[in-house]
Amino acid sequence: MDIHEYQAKEILSGFGVETPSGALAYSPEQAAYRARELGGERWIVKAQIHAGGRGKAGGVVLCDSEAEIYDACEDLFGKKLVTHQTGPEGKGIYRVYVESTVQIEREIYLGFVLDRSSQRVMIVASSEGGMEIEDISLEKPESIVRSTVEPAVGLREFQAREIAFALGLEPGQIQAMVRTLQGCYAAFSELDATMVEINPLVVTSDSKIIALDAKMSFDDNALFRHPQVAELRDKSQEDPRESRAADRGLSYVGLDGNIGCIVNGAGLAMATMDTIKLAGGEPANFLDIGGGASPERVAKAFRLVLSDSNVQAVLVNIFAGINRCDWVAEGVVLALKELNLDMPVIVRLAGTNVEEGQKILAQSGLPIIRAGTLMEAAERAVAAWQSDQSRLSSPSNGQELS
Amino acid sequence: MSILIDRNTPVIVQGITGRIAQFHTQDMKKYGTNIVGGVVPGKGGESVEGVPVFDTVKQAVEATKAQASIVFVPPPFAADAIMEAADGGIRYCVCVTDGIPAQDMIRVKRYMYRYPKDKRMVLTGPNCAGTISPGKALLGIMPGHIYLQGNVGIIGRSGTLGYEAAAQLKDLGLGVSTSVGIGGDPINGSSFRDILELFENDPETEIIAMIGEIGGPQEAEAADYIKNHVTKPVVAYVAGLTAPKGRTMGHAGAIISAFGESASEKVEILSAAGVIVAEHPAVIGETIARILKEKGA
Repeated sequence: MDIHEYQAKEILSGFGVETPSGALAYSPEQAAYRARELGGERWIVKAQIHAGGRGKAGGVVLCDSEAEIYDACEDLFGKKLVTHQTGPEGKGIYRVYVESTVQIEREIYLGFVLDRSSQRVMIVASSEGGMEIEDISLEKPESIVRSTVEPAVGLREFQAREIAFALGLEPGQIQAMVRTLQGCYAAFSELDATMVEINPLVVTSDSKIIALDAKMSFDDNALFRHPQVAELRDKSQEDPRESRAADRGLSYVGLDGNIGCIVNGAGLAMATMDTIKLAGGEPANFLDIGGGASPERVAKAFRLVLSDSNVQAVLVNIFAGINRCDWVAEGVVLALKELNLDMPVIVRLAGTNVEEGQKILAQSGLPIIRAGTLMEAAERAVAAWQSDQSRLSSPSNGQELS
Repeated sequence: MSILIDRNTPVIVQGITGRIAQFHTQDMKKYGTNIVGGVVPGKGGESVEGVPVFDTVKQAVEATKAQASIVFVPPPFAADAIMEAADGGIRYCVCVTDGIPAQDMIRVKRYMYRYPKDKRMVLTGPNCAGTISPGKALLGIMPGHIYLQGNVGIIGRSGTLGYEAAAQLKDLGLGVSTSVGIGGDPINGSSFRDILELFENDPETEIIAMIGEIGGPQEAEAADYIKNHVTKPVVAYVAGLTAPKGRTMGHAGAIISAFGESASEKVEILSAAGVIVAEHPAVIGETIARILKEKGA
């Protein structure tokens, strides 16, 4: 789960990381008022969206008066900001963060991630702050410092000092950097984060170390023990189909094609998408319905897939181990009767109770196209979709597929 | 004997009183697995599916001489259950539980390294379908009937995609020595590399099928190991060639972030290491059959 910059800063400052003073606003009036409260003569207005690259996309505005803040906010609120991380549809701006400015001496990149190779938390830092880490690793790979944390003892001070010295900080700045690193690690491990990124972390002219930006992501599997983090979820930043799926215990990712997929298991779901593509079609989504799917859950999956208006055919591929083919078949029949579907539906069942499942499909009287293997399922789905499209485009040839 | 488990390996089920655990205990017993007991704190003295339940793993091991365990404990408590198995003298543990926090798994892995290598438990999973040596024992949740006994060793992240491979082999009359699910989580027990080593040394395995997916460094690490240490032929498939970059696909693990983590990069790295890559999932079985035939000729 992702959170906003202002929320990440609030969390990190609770762990001893210094952040500029700032305040949240939900309207231009409020933003101008907040600036007056903060005082000073110069402020930064930052659009709060769950994506990086806001600066380049015009989501961060430097303002020298309340009037300028008001104008900037008028422009930002309600707009969809498109950055290199949002996709072409962008993300809506409904909150802005107004912040005091600081005197920047130098900029540092700092990130904490779960490293799958060492199977530990890894700290990645670079003296080339302000650039994206992908660009740093291409252009200045020698500037990157990496260090993994031994989970039994946490981030030791010597390790933090090593990083601070490797970044070229001056002796008077080392202690503040150690505090920052240890604060970030404590937040990461105590709150089950999967990522903390501060870019840039700045050294000010008076040798303070301040997080100018902050991003945090959290492990969905651990939210049960962090209700205060779970509360920070902002559904306005999620793909509505994906959040609807998550609320129903399904794992869904929307794609651009038109063959909807309902599959059990993430690996098989990806393999099904690969096979559709190979057969000449384009998958409309990734959907893993998981283990132990009841007929109702299968019907829910259908409704979810069909909520994407690009879907013109549906392929169900279930290899039942924990699942039962008869339940899945019942779910398919239930969904088709309820939704009165006018598009090809292809079903491939294998594994536990496959005969019962096939029988339910055959006896339903519905025009379900059955397939025995994965390849057959993908080929039949693409063929059925193609002939359905030509049927729709030429009214003289309006015969139903059987 | 087959790798990891055999017909006689005594097995305990952690969390045996749960609905899903009971169902699969019954299924594993039916398959012939030597289930000798279960562990549920506070339910010691009861009996489930005809085997005794104990309060702790240590008690269960003492009473039953159990060597392997399978964990069905819910996610908030699963990491603790794995550590209890590691400390209680279990040699091989399968964790089926899906949804364990990643940092809990970091602690589990750290904890397992308390023990010298000859006493260290082998863990596969979490979030996996388990391990099956067809005709001998099933320590997992897979449908046993789709596996024929044979000489193909299977290692896979995804449960259902592993079933797909086994079913394709069965259709071609080919069997499996052992199939091991290593799970889709970012922090997991045994890696592809660890199981490859077991198969390389297993006289019952002639060819190895490796079923990977996007995300994580383990396929690339496996390629490196294969190049230098594996003499048996390895056939691979990597799921997710059509997955968009930067998106999570179900498994927390299946996210592409660094070089070598996209499906096409993994295919490239594996091919360079001499692995035969099946171009798409529908030809995994065929490819294995072809290589076996060439080898036999």
